[in-house]
Amino acid sequence: MAPQHMSRAPSLWARLQAKSIEQLHIRLESIVVLIGLATIMAFLSPFFLSVSNFMNILLATSTIGVLAIAATFVLSSGGLDLSIGSVLGLSGVVGAAVAVNLGMPTPIAVLATIGAGAAAGFVNGWVITRGFVPAFIVTLGMLGIARGLALVISDGRVIYGLPEWMLFLGQGRPFGIPMPVIILVLVAVIMHVILAYTRYGRHTLAIGDNENAARTSGINVDFHRLTLYTLSGGLAGVAGLLFATRINSGDPTAGITYELTAITAAIIGGTNLFGGRGSILGTIIGALIMGVLQNGLNLLAVQSYYQQMAIGGVLVLAVFIDQFQQRQETKV
Amino acid sequence: MSLLSVSGIEKSFGAVSVLHGVHLAVSAGEVVGLVGDNGAGKSTLMKIITGMYQADRGAITMEGEDMLGLSPGQRRARGIEMIYQDLSLAKQQDVASNIFLGREPTRRVFGMRLVDRRKMKRDAQAMIDQLGAKLPEITRPVGSFSGGQQQSVAIARALTFDPKIVIMDEPTAALAVREVQSVLDLIRQLKSQGIGVILISHRLNDVMSVTDRIVVLRQGRAVANLITKDTTMPDIVSAIVGGGDVAAAAAHEAQG
Repeated sequence: MAPQHMSRAPSLWARLQAKSIEQLHIRLESIVVLIGLATIMAFLSPFFLSVSNFMNILLATSTIGVLAIAATFVLSSGGLDLSIGSVLGLSGVVGAAVAVNLGMPTPIAVLATIGAGAAAGFVNGWVITRGFVPAFIVTLGMLGIARGLALVISDGRVIYGLPEWMLFLGQGRPFGIPMPVIILVLVAVIMHVILAYTRYGRHTLAIGDNENAARTSGINVDFHRLTLYTLSGGLAGVAGLLFATRINSGDPTAGITYELTAITAAIIGGTNLFGGRGSILGTIIGALIMGVLQNGLNLLAVQSYYQQMAIGGVLVLAVFIDQFQQRQETKV
Repeated sequence: MSLLSVSGIEKSFGAVSVLHGVHLAVSAGEVVGLVGDNGAGKSTLMKIITGMYQADRGAITMEGEDMLGLSPGQRRARGIEMIYQDLSLAKQQDVASNIFLGREPTRRVFGMRLVDRRKMKRDAQAMIDQLGAKLPEITRPVGSFSGGQQQSVAIARALTFDPKIVIMDEPTAALAVREVQSVLDLIRQLKSQGIGVILISHRLNDVMSVTDRIVVLRQGRAVANLITKDTTMPDIVSAIVGGGDVAAAAAHEAQG
């Protein structure tokens, strides 16, 4: 007997959607939003469509992009890391202190920057998996602790004067392309391969999807979580490095509310807030959307207070749309 | 000669005694129904067989080898596989990811070990075909499938462990009528491959139609061991509830 519910041939849009998710792990809607937003901005501001402005957008996106990649890994595993903005600030200060106050060579300062982030992330992961404290609480606590520690280390002052080689990471322009953009692309490619094509990445999604199924499949869920939070912290350290070297200083107040923008970018890019789904390419699109939004509002001379409101609004809207779609899908 | 032999299993949780000396045997290619009211001890017995719980007393052997000292992982390696009622599927991942979860095949690309998606997909499709299960596009997330289709994914997943015994917990409980038949067909398919199946179910019609033997648990004892083809619905219902006037209940069950 033929099944009663023969589905109609899927529309072109539906097929494109399926292809883009399967092949590129990107939600088609996010690309449409990005192009639409850029088009609107191009009409509103004569300065928007220029190579130098695009470089500005990419440059501004690089720090948020790396943070958003961190958020993607943690969120798609069903976790949450609210501390990445503060850890960015802490690691930038640690790096600057090691380079300037201790006078260490650049490679050590760079390692210290990323290492400080990873250490904070490791503490997060350790308390979450061994102490059974919810990630929300642990990372919210770390948000305060890391920020406070950054202020303690720097004595509340900005640490200026990074060594030249370190500055190259934030201000160098090989072949005319800003170093932070190159670093973002490198990080994105590596992390995309890890999330989409390695067992580590597949297990990350599986844990976020059904922790029990992952556990019964022999995946060491607790250890995996620990590595994820360490990775998240480490990436926040990389973002801190980019930020500090771009502004040539370790600023203890760097990265305040960046977790908001980063998580928003990840969710706009198609990461499921509750885990099980996430893509780095999608997240980069999401980060670009945030970058274009902020850049456009800057060009239109909209006060930064309103920008904060816009970002918060976009986050809630993105989750609303995602939930709405999921309810539609599960409706039979 | 039975493949899996369970004898004299006793188990209590604190002061509550759940199993009082249960016997159960399953041969290769035999489908054994395990029925009983809620609280009769079915789930506890299964968890003891898979090694999730430790038995207080008794013996479990698989092809003559003692199982009681082995961990759940070791028992799985010996061929005891359990499909839980919730199926333990990652609903947003595709069929291949679920079937090979935790054991993804890899290949080396530029010195990196990457998941071999193509091989995974091919092997998953082969496994589904071998089962004779009907699935839409296997690249779709498992959560978009019907209950019966999800059940086939869970069974295909179990089969990749090369099991000798598959324990299924209420595989037809949440299914549409049409899908029940296809899941029962899958169970017959397992049987034809020489796999022993323990089917836990409340749906006595399903149990009657697919099993060779029916073991009835009541209050922690295996009170009946019935050959399915010589058994009628009233016999089973009577064994489950423990005698009395069961005509009405049996008639109700017979209607399905």
